[in-house]
Amino acid sequence: MSDARDEVLRGLTEGIPYLRFLGIRFDRAGDELTAVLPFAPQLIGNPVLPALHGGVTAAFLEVTAIVGLVWSGLAEGTAVSALPKTIDLTVDYLRAGQPRDAYARARINRSGRRYASVHVEAWQDDPGRLFAQGTGHFLMP
Amino acid sequence: MRAMAEVPAIARQFIEALPHAAALGLRLEEIGDGRAVIALPYDTRLIGDPATGVIHGGAVSALMDTASGASVLCHPAGPLSTATLDLRIDYMRPATPGQTIRARALCHHMTRSVAFVSVVATDDDEARPVAMANGAFTVDRPR
Repeated sequence: MSDARDEVLRGLTEGIPYLRFLGIRFDRAGDELTAVLPFAPQLIGNPVLPALHGGVTAAFLEVTAIVGLVWSGLAEGTAVSALPKTIDLTVDYLRAGQPRDAYARARINRSGRRYASVHVEAWQDDPGRLFAQGTGHFLMP
Repeated sequence: MRAMAEVPAIARQFIEALPHAAALGLRLEEIGDGRAVIALPYDTRLIGDPATGVIHGGAVSALMDTASGASVLCHPAGPLSTATLDLRIDYMRPATPGQTIRARALCHHMTRSVAFVSVVATDDDEARPVAMANGAFTVDRPR
């Protein structure tokens, strides 16, 4: 079971070009999944500060939510037929993203047959000090 | 649409030199008076769904965020810098693979410390937007 889940996870991170473009990977500890965005100079939006691009932060939250939904479906034995589609996403920028690695975790607040509501929190050094959080609604495949 | 040559070179260089904007291949097409139009040419590196070739929503968000920030910076109030406070994005439909996605942002109100922006993203079928967003941005004013 867990091997099959790891296989699906690897398929997602290697098979979706945009995840490779941003360099996002997923670290797994038991059932808990953490998205990792390793720092790269091309992720910078404001070169003066410097700070991560706000669009990168939004994308990181969205990717974490989508993969989190697939992951939780796998835990319940649901096969991946297609990816959930984003309906909307609200991003709350709490502080500037530093030029360092970033991490995020998704919490699925509601997952029905058609719609899901997911909250994502992102941090850099201290998990208790978020730099962004977001809530999105997704259409399930 | 205004010709590229009419976009002030310094504005175009500023936006297109932002590292992530350059990585995405963004092109500034119009800027001025609290409005900005930025294009994201189709790029297979940005695909979010390999089964369809549709660009990932995250890239569209990054495009809309960049256009929004540019519209704040060119507002007549002349802010020195800006950062996104919040962005609320609706995804109406997948962008058609192979087509350029274009974001049109309008900074419609600016207070001493906050700018409010609306932005619409379209592909070739401009009557049916791909995504829309509203955002609030920080404003650093000259003293």
